[in-house]
Amino acid sequence: MVDLSVDFVGIKSPNPFWLASAPPTDKAYNVIRAFKAGWGGVVWKTLGEDPPVVNVSGPRYGAIHASDRRVIGFNNIELITDRPLEVNLQEIKQVKRDWKDRAMIVSLMVPCEERNWAAILKRVEETEADGVELNFGCPHGMSERGMGAAVGQVPEYVEMVARWCKQHTRMPVIVKLTPNVGDIRKPAEAAKRGGADAVSLINTVNSIMGVDLDAMSPWPHTEGKGTHGGMCGAAVKPIALNMVAEIARSEATRGLPISGIGGIETWKDAAEFMALGAGTVQVCTAAMVYGFKIVEEMKSGLARFMEDKGYSRVSDFVGKAVPNVTDWQHLNLDYVVKAEIDQDLCIKCGRCHIACEDTSHQAITKEKDGARHFEVIEEECVGCNLCAVVCPVENCITLSPLPKGAVDPRTGTPVGGTRTWKEHPNNPMAKNPRPALTAAE
Amino acid sequence: MDIKAGRLSADQLRANFCDLAPAMAPNEARVAAERCLFCHDAPCVTACPTTIDIPLFIRQIAAHNPIGAAETILSANIMGAMCARVCPTENLCEGACVREVSEGKAVEIGRLQRHATDAAYGAGKQFFRAGPATGKRIAVVGAGPAGLSCAHRLAVLGHAVTLYEAREKAGGLNEYGIAAYKASDSIAAREVEYILAVGGISVVHGKRLGRDFRLADLERDFDAVFLGMGLGGTNTLGLGDEPEGVMDAVEYIARLRQAKALSDLPIGRKVVVIGGGMTAIDIAVQAKKLGAEEVTIAYRRGRKAMPASDYEQEVAQIAGVTIREYQRPKTLLAAGGKLAGVELEYVTEREGKLVPSGETTMLACDQLFKAIGQTLLPEDFGGEGGLQMKSGKILVDSARRTSRPKVFAGGDCVFGGQDLTVSAVEDGKMAAQAIDSMLKAAKAA
Ligand SMILES: Cc1cc2nc3c(=O)[nH]c(=O)nc-3n(C[C@H](O)[C@H](O)[C@H](O)COP(=O)(O)OP(=O)(O)OC[C@H]3O[C@@H](n4cnc5c(N)ncnc54)[C@H](O)[C@@H]3O)c2cc1C
Ligand SMILES: Cc1cc2nc3c(=O)[nH]c(=O)nc-3n(C[C@H](O)[C@H](O)[C@H](O)COP(=O)(O)O)c2cc1C
Ligand code: SF4
Repeated sequence: MVDLSVDFVGIKSPNPFWLASAPPTDKAYNVIRAFKAGWGGVVWKTLGEDPPVVNVSGPRYGAIHASDRRVIGFNNIELITDRPLEVNLQEIKQVKRDWKDRAMIVSLMVPCEERNWAAILKRVEETEADGVELNFGCPHGMSERGMGAAVGQVPEYVEMVARWCKQHTRMPVIVKLTPNVGDIRKPAEAAKRGGADAVSLINTVNSIMGVDLDAMSPWPHTEGKGTHGGMCGAAVKPIALNMVAEIARSEATRGLPISGIGGIETWKDAAEFMALGAGTVQVCTAAMVYGFKIVEEMKSGLARFMEDKGYSRVSDFVGKAVPNVTDWQHLNLDYVVKAEIDQDLCIKCGRCHIACEDTSHQAITKEKDGARHFEVIEEECVGCNLCAVVCPVENCITLSPLPKGAVDPRTGTPVGGTRTWKEHPNNPMAKNPRPALTAAE
Repeated sequence: MDIKAGRLSADQLRANFCDLAPAMAPNEARVAAERCLFCHDAPCVTACPTTIDIPLFIRQIAAHNPIGAAETILSANIMGAMCARVCPTENLCEGACVREVSEGKAVEIGRLQRHATDAAYGAGKQFFRAGPATGKRIAVVGAGPAGLSCAHRLAVLGHAVTLYEAREKAGGLNEYGIAAYKASDSIAAREVEYILAVGGISVVHGKRLGRDFRLADLERDFDAVFLGMGLGGTNTLGLGDEPEGVMDAVEYIARLRQAKALSDLPIGRKVVVIGGGMTAIDIAVQAKKLGAEEVTIAYRRGRKAMPASDYEQEVAQIAGVTIREYQRPKTLLAAGGKLAGVELEYVTEREGKLVPSGETTMLACDQLFKAIGQTLLPEDFGGEGGLQMKSGKILVDSARRTSRPKVFAGGDCVFGGQDLTVSAVEDGKMAAQAIDSMLKAAKAA
């Protein structure tokens, strides 16, 4: 049996699946349901100072749907919790008391003054929660009041608040980052300098989900007026993965514990974040779309994956993909792949042909002996992956490397060398340009 | 009378008896799985007698975890592999699917279930182990779906099970009764092997309750008893002596299922089937697939009233079987002791009662199969005096407890069941849970 339990900056939980700070963690009622369903931990919906904020009573959420109405992107203009601080604190204390084995992290957002942070930390400590997460990410509403992303976008503020928090509490401090910045490494470094125990990312991405062309207003809107919201869900996963990887592999932040967030729906999404260095993962949208039960699939799938690969605990594979994330300049230019179409799986829709014909390299036939037939022309194929991406049949089009020593029929160059851009003759800056394969090779 | 073997070539027979619902190709499974809406309190789960967590297992398939999906299935229904092939899903899970409401096309739950269980069987994944020994011994009578399911769950709970089976092979009707084109590739035997691999179950073949031992012996020697002996008898037509050529459908199917070569099976040129249930459909379709020229089902009520589902009827019609409704056999016609035809009487239905119309019709045939229902053989357990019965079957409560304190029963032999593999599996599982609770309570007291 594999062990799914994790110890993340001293916070223990029976599995790495946490609910992100959001409506699913807004009240004891929801959190208890989540724990019953099997979630390993929660980050309580962000607390602020009294009087509580007021949410719009117009629609808060929007979405982009795939053609089958699957929600692939989700957006909200919700603020932090709109319930009184004391009510939240009491509930947190009671739930933690009743569910000792689960991780209870409390998300916080107060004005940028040391005494405000010191005051709220003291009160959170009394709940015996396991840690705090500083919400420097909320991109709407709160940021207009100088909080949330307004802090997260300024590394100096991130560092300053993180430092205050470390000074005023014994609890582990996790800094939650906003993706609405040019370089995610900067706020991560600032958090580390400030003494944060970990970072979590991403919060939501600035977005307008659509425009109502009758009302001539962003959709959804409150009485004809709309504002940008924060986007999350499956569509933001690639953005989040990249940001996690950047922090994991950057010299300045290497080893800084990461809680991965953004578009996680299945065990596989979670495992990908973990392979890129996340010690735990957090989920919001998938839970809001499908309910808490999805964690069963996540636990089962992750356990099966680990068993198949021979990992006995989560830490065995956390970060395992990080060394393989590199810069473009280090990629081997003498490695050549060609697309191949499995004729038994091909349903002859022709999408690969037209994609390659119109927009890529004219490397896929459309007929053979007068009949509809799609086949790769190796002399033209650059191995770009476009055809495989547009093919509606999984694994019908695959890309396979040409063997070392073969000659690429497109370029006439031998395959199997090891040149990167740094050694390529086309690079005017190359110090020691060399041919594709040297005699020794 | 024209009944003979080898009407079709071996190749033709092989093609005819291939899977009715074939395995899914990977892309087919992915597309099918993605149609599931992961409904809350899903209607399909409610409609499944074993309450398999269907949305969860389909989500697991969609998330590239078919083995995990199989674990979800088999934890609720240890015969998930067989049920995937034989359940009348159109009346069960798929009939309740919300996609059926929205698009008239349910998610293909049965075939997805097969996709997952095939993956686990293919990879040799065993999810179950006999639990720590409780020291309790339980006798299970009959190694059909009910008995096997009960034995398996009892073993997982740590009880030592002795499984008595009258026949040479275990599996019950899965092995001897289900249509061959639903159970290809020896799936019934592979499933039995998978179930018994849990350990803690010793199977005693060739021992028959009522002949080799009595119920009282089991009650004396074991801590609890589960009866799952199905229905051993069959109804008769009540038309006097039956000429050569009249056969019992269930018996014939058992021969077919056990045949070394299908080309050895004698089948008539013109075949008539009497009945309207799954057995009638199965024998008719298989007769056709064996090479019978004309196969006619005669059912005494209307098609709507047939216990065989619309889908099953469709399968028969696609195979080329003619279904006649409101006709029942009146006289068996014979020449020289051999069947020559049947006289069918037209009937009408008035307030649920069948009334003869007085008119009849003749139907020439070489072979006639009786598929008019099976009956319990009460002498096996001492009859009415032994156990309380209702309408010829054993009466049980919701925990599958009979009128005798230590004796439980389930599957086709109990009153009020659905006579399906899946409900037999559920009965066995529920009885095992009840036996376990009973033994635990006794220990605590
Ligand atoms: C022709 C036919 C087709 C069918 N097709 C389908 C279908 O497509 N889908 C579906 O869901 N259901 C189908 N059914 C129904 C299904 O097969 C039964 O509901 C199911 O097998 C019942 O399981 P069981 O364990 O109660 O009984 P059985 O499967 O009948 O098993 C009883 C076992 O007990 C043994 N036994 C009997 N008496 C004794 C004794 N005295 N001592 C020891 N052992 C004994 C028998 O040998 C047998 O192995 C079909 C039934 C028939 C007859
Ligand atoms: C309706 C809604 C409300 C949210 N509220 C908060 C919040 O109060 N504090 C916070 O840190 N993040 C908040 N988030 C962001 C999520 O915690 C999470 O970072 C983001 O949704 C990305 O994860 P996902 O793709 O799994 O949804 C909210 C998200 C949503 C959809
Ligand atoms: S989800 Fe619930 S609260 Fe929101 S609009 Fe619908 S009914 Fe109202």
